This record gives sequence, C-alpha cells and structure tokens, in this order.
Amino acid sequence: MAERIPRVPVREQDPKVRAHNFDEVCYGYNLEEATTEASRCLHCKNPRCVGACPVSIKIPEFIAKVKEGDIDGAAAVIAEDSSLPAVCGRVCPQETQCEGSCILGVKGEPVAIGKLERFVADHASSPERKETFSNSRKVAVIGSGPAGLACASDLAKWGYDVTIFEALHKAGGVLEYGIPEFRLPKEKVLKREIDAVRKLGVKIETDVIIGRTVTIDSLIDDEGFEAIFVGTGAGLPKFMGIPGENLNGVFSANEFLTRNNLMKAFREDYMTPIHAGRKCCVIGGGNVAMDAARTALRLGADTSIIYRRTEVELPARKEEVHHAKEEGIDFRMLTNPVEIIGDENGWVKALRCIRMELGEPDESGRRSPVPIPGSEFEIPTETVIMALGTAPNPLIVNTTDGLEATRRGGLVADEEGRTTREGIFAGGDAVTGAATVILAMGAGRKAAKAIDEYLKNK
Amino acid sequence: MFKILKREMLTPNICKMVVSAPRIAKAARPGQFLIVLPGEEGERIPLTISDYDRKEGTVTIVTQLVGASSAAIIAKEEGEFFRDVVGPLGNSSAFVNMDREALEGQRYIFIAGGLGTAPVYPQAKWLHDRGIAVDVIIGARTKDLLIYTEELGSACDNLYLCTDDGSSGFHGVGTACLEKLVSEGKEYTQAVAIGPMIMMKFATLTCRKLRIPIDVSLNMLMVDGTGMCGACRVTVAGKTRFACVDGPEFNGYDVDFDEAMRRLGQYKAEEAAEKAKYIK
Repeated sequence: MAERIPRVPVREQDPKVRAHNFDEVCYGYNLEEATTEASRCLHCKNPRCVGACPVSIKIPEFIAKVKEGDIDGAAAVIAEDSSLPAVCGRVCPQETQCEGSCILGVKGEPVAIGKLERFVADHASSPERKETFSNSRKVAVIGSGPAGLACASDLAKWGYDVTIFEALHKAGGVLEYGIPEFRLPKEKVLKREIDAVRKLGVKIETDVIIGRTVTIDSLIDDEGFEAIFVGTGAGLPKFMGIPGENLNGVFSANEFLTRNNLMKAFREDYMTPIHAGRKCCVIGGGNVAMDAARTALRLGADTSIIYRRTEVELPARKEEVHHAKEEGIDFRMLTNPVEIIGDENGWVKALRCIRMELGEPDESGRRSPVPIPGSEFEIPTETVIMALGTAPNPLIVNTTDGLEATRRGGLVADEEGRTTREGIFAGGDAVTGAATVILAMGAGRKAAKAIDEYLKNK
Repeated sequence: MFKILKREMLTPNICKMVVSAPRIAKAARPGQFLIVLPGEEGERIPLTISDYDRKEGTVTIVTQLVGASSAAIIAKEEGEFFRDVVGPLGNSSAFVNMDREALEGQRYIFIAGGLGTAPVYPQAKWLHDRGIAVDVIIGARTKDLLIYTEELGSACDNLYLCTDDGSSGFHGVGTACLEKLVSEGKEYTQAVAIGPMIMMKFATLTCRKLRIPIDVSLNMLMVDGTGMCGACRVTVAGKTRFACVDGPEFNGYDVDFDEAMRRLGQYKAEEAAEKAKYIK
C-alpha cells in the first residue's frame, strides 16, 4: 500500500504570545493545507463519521468538494445540515464524534474533519439571501443559542415565520457569553453565522425574557405563535456549598466569562469591570473550567486548575487541556477544595484543599475520588472561580402551565423534543443539562422536524 | 433601541427618565427592577422600576450619579436612545401576591432613603389605590436632596420628611422618625425599607426593636439579572440566595447586611479606575 500522507498539522499562535492576548489560538488551514488534508479521506461506502455527527453532516461529500477546490460547493453541502459550521469546526469535540469514528484513526490519525469544516465555513463566500416561500405560520424560538439557531434555521427554510426571543442583549447564547474570543471570535465568526441565520428570514428579538417580559401563553394567545421551541440552555451556575463561597473574589465561571465575553471586560474601550487577581484558582475540569482559567491567565493571573480526579478523567476536550498546558496553566489533580479562607476584609486569601485518591468506579463508570484523611493543605490565592457545571433555568417551567421538569431541572421531552404540553417543544441543554454545542444543534433540528409535522397536522 | 421620552434632573445628581419600553410596561409590577445598557461599551445596570404606564408603554427610572456607568445613563438627552432595556426582573413585592383578605387591616410604613425613594412610589401607590393604610418616611441628607415628595404625597396617607441637617421636616434619620411615630402611638403591621444598604440594615435593627416585620429591597451587583451569573449572591436566613431571581425583596431580619455591603464593594478598585477615565 502506498504511504499515507500524514495529517496536516494546523498552525497556531505561539503559546508564549497568546497567553497575553485574546486573539484566536488556532489559525486554521489555508487552501493548500485544506486540499492536502481533504485528499486523505478514503470516502468510505458506509461513512462512520456521518453517523457519529449529531447533525449528520455529509462529511465525505463536502470533503470531496474541498479536494476539488470547490469551497462554495463544500459550504452548500454542509449548509444542508448545519447552520453554524464555523462555530462547530472550532468547538465540537470531533475526537469523540466524527474524527473519533474515522477509519483512518484505527491505525493512524483520523482526517481533520473539524479543521476542514472550519476552513470551508471561513472561506466560502456568504450565500445570497434566498427568496423563500412563506407559509405565514408563526413559530417562536426561545433562546438564541445553538439549539434555537439550528431549530429556527430549519423552520425558516421550510417557510415558517420564525422569531427568536433572546434574554440577553446579543444573540448567540453560550456561544456569545460563554466561549471566549480566543476559541471563537465573536465579530469575525459568530456574528457572521448569526447574520446568515437572519438571512434565512429568522427574526431575532433581544432583551425579551420569556417568563418575565412575556410568557409562553401570551406568545400563543396574544401574539399568534402556533408552536414554541424552548432552547434556553443551562444557565444557572452551581456552587460547592463549602464555607467562604460568598467571600469577595469568588466568582462563578458564568459571571467571570460573561463579563469578559459578552461584556468585553478585556477591552479598554468597554466599561465592564473584571477581577482575576494575581493568583487565581479555577475549580472544575470541563471545557468551561479551561475557558475560565485561560481567560484569567490572559488577564494576568497565575492560574491553577483544581480537579478532584486525575487528568485521564478531565471532561474537557483534549485539545483544550493541551492548549491550557502550553500556555502555562498549572494543573492540580486529585485535589478537592474544602474551604475558602478570607482575609480581615472579606477577600479571598487562600483555598483550603484535601488530597484525593481514586476509589471504586461509580455509576458513571468513572472511579470516584475519595479524600485522603489528614491531607488538607492551603493554596494561597486571590480569586476562586467555580466551574462546576450549570443547571437549566426554572423560569419558564415556573411560569408555564403544563410543562414538566425533571428533578434536575431539565424539561421533560421525548426524543423529538415534544414536551408535556401540546405545541411546546424543547431541546438542548434546557432538556439534558449542560452538554455540547453540537448535541444542542442536533436536538434543535429534531424538534424543528417535529414542529413541522405538528403544524402540518394541526 | 429604547427612546428616552422625558428627562428631568431631580437634584444635581439624580436624574429621572421616562423611557419607551412597551413590553416591560405591560408586565411590570411594584417591586421589580429592570436592566439598562446605555450603549454598546457600557455595563448592564440594574435599576428598580420607579413607575410604569401600561397605556403609554413607558417605564420610569431614576438614576444617581455614582460612577462611570451611571454617568453614561445620565449623559443621555431627551429623544436619545438606550441600546437596551430589559425586564421586568425579579419578583414583585409580597403584597402584590397577597389576597384581599390578607391585605385588609394591614398598616404599611415605607422607609425610603435617597435614591430608594423613587421605587417606593409604585409600591405605595399600589396599596393606596386599593385603600390599604400606607405611611411613608423619606430621608435625605438635606432638603434639596429630598425627591418624589409631591408624587408620594398623593400616594399615601401620611408623608413624613426627614433631613440629617434639619433643613426640612424631622431633624434626623428615617429610623429615628419611625421610632418617634411609634412612640406617639402609630401602629404598623409591615415595614418596607428601600435605600442604601447601611440604611436598610439600621431600618431592620429598628424594626426588630419595635417588633415590626420588615422587607428590604437589595440592590446587589448583577450582570444578567436572570440567575446566570450569581454576582448578586447574598446570605438570607443562613442560605445563599440570588437577589435577582429569589428577590430583590427579602425579609430584613434574615439578611446578612454586612456581607451584602462587602459584596457591593467587590469591583470598587476597577470602578474607581473606570470613573477616572470617564469623569474628569
């Protein structure tokens, strides 16, 4: 067999330099790199990558177009299934999805599907606004995050009159407030993709909090919406419940990241205050913990990640962990905070932790960490950021009759997104609790299908 | 974009604005707040709703010049726009959700301090319109800083003015005025204090002494106002609560005011630097 071309590495900003700026870490492929990488695809008869993609992008088909140098053609293939390719090419966990199931990965390196998707999205010319047939039937989508954008895009393509209601002052949900600029540039990438959704005819009304400004019932009764999709995500921060959590200098990752991403605290021309301190400890091991730590580092704090299991169990993407390490984030594994200690003015002074060891596997199959008695120690720090996961906001459940939620706060919905009340659908983190961008998009698309079916039979 | 229809300086530092926001006006209830973002580079600033007019589709906000962000609000002229106004946020005052029977026979006393006087207005008016007994105490440092005296005069049974320097009304702070009223035989079944944190702390101490239940409205730091950021955490009855979604009004007896005051100062250093940049 002929010698295989190795996976084309992607160019990145020097870790020493990028530790001090908010510019994007990864530069992405150029045309030559992309066509070379595309030529590695075997175009399997039964492409496992497509099955592993939550929105079933026709991966070998778009890669074939890249290989021919037909970038707009590749973009058109992707657009059939995804409205946010520039986002997904950057933030999807490809290693466990498309790339994780690539046949080339068995013996070597899988095709860099994510990087190719990003290349296509970044370099294709924006499609003209298509005149779409309108059936004048109104659907409201609540939340402009990945689930809502995906659902709204499909419905708009099928002729529905779709309005997205967003509680914050900018559209994008977690893509706007949660994911930092250095992983997902807002103006250059996110805004462009949201504008493309608008071009499909989707209206986005910001500053509307469903459950406060208006209710779901008033949208149905007074504003003529025939179906509702709830894609409100999981926005409520969790805290540990340890002493000292209300000291000054303890922040939720949501607050810290929202101040920096949505409110642009890192920019001189914005008024938003942010406080990273000279030394910062981030508690947690997910992508949000990595984002918070790398943000604190860029704001000038010597930053540690505190996680109670080992590096193997870190839920964050490998690439993010690798980038964080390159940039100089200190990883303290098998360490669990037990108390935050304050100074005489009520500001954080130290984090008291206990060392852990791995015990028996728990119900999730991961070995559960067990404290080692008598191993408490202190890490001096000025700030503590809690990145322990988030839960869905109860506002809509509390203000809408007939909607049921699980004990963990997620809306009760079936596989297609039908909730316990007719005409109301839901998907993404609002149902599952915090998960990934692409799973939310997949759920949004499934719900769009269910809404279409529901309205056709109504 | 939200148009500023009227703008009036109530004192050299306090500005009242009537803003077009039909959706908020339609949904607002006494006790709730909203968030204003003056322009793209500004902050999201929580302000208690000082009035709303469902027919006109307007809300009234009152702002005091303290830092760069409040300066950005006040700098706007009549006819200009705020980039964003979002709300109503938080829960309405407890009495709004009480049934008629429970309200009958209640005697309310509001203790308003400084800027907190404005949001007392829709609350007192709501009760007064329904024939519930309401008295209001307004406190300020000096006569010229008393605001909303005319509006509140017609929204309660008895209005008491207090100034620290004795230039108008009772010579002393609002809590001293309340003690005097009670000693003269006034009886109240419920107090509500809105004003600076330190004032609400002392109002609570006084009410505890007088055995009057008290609610206080906590103006904590916030980003989104919907429960997302947790910046507004406050300890109430030993538990961490979010002022934005669990409040903003809480039973004063249960609030850890010292922690709340400390948390309000969390961005003091950053804010001072910002203020120096914008206000010269």
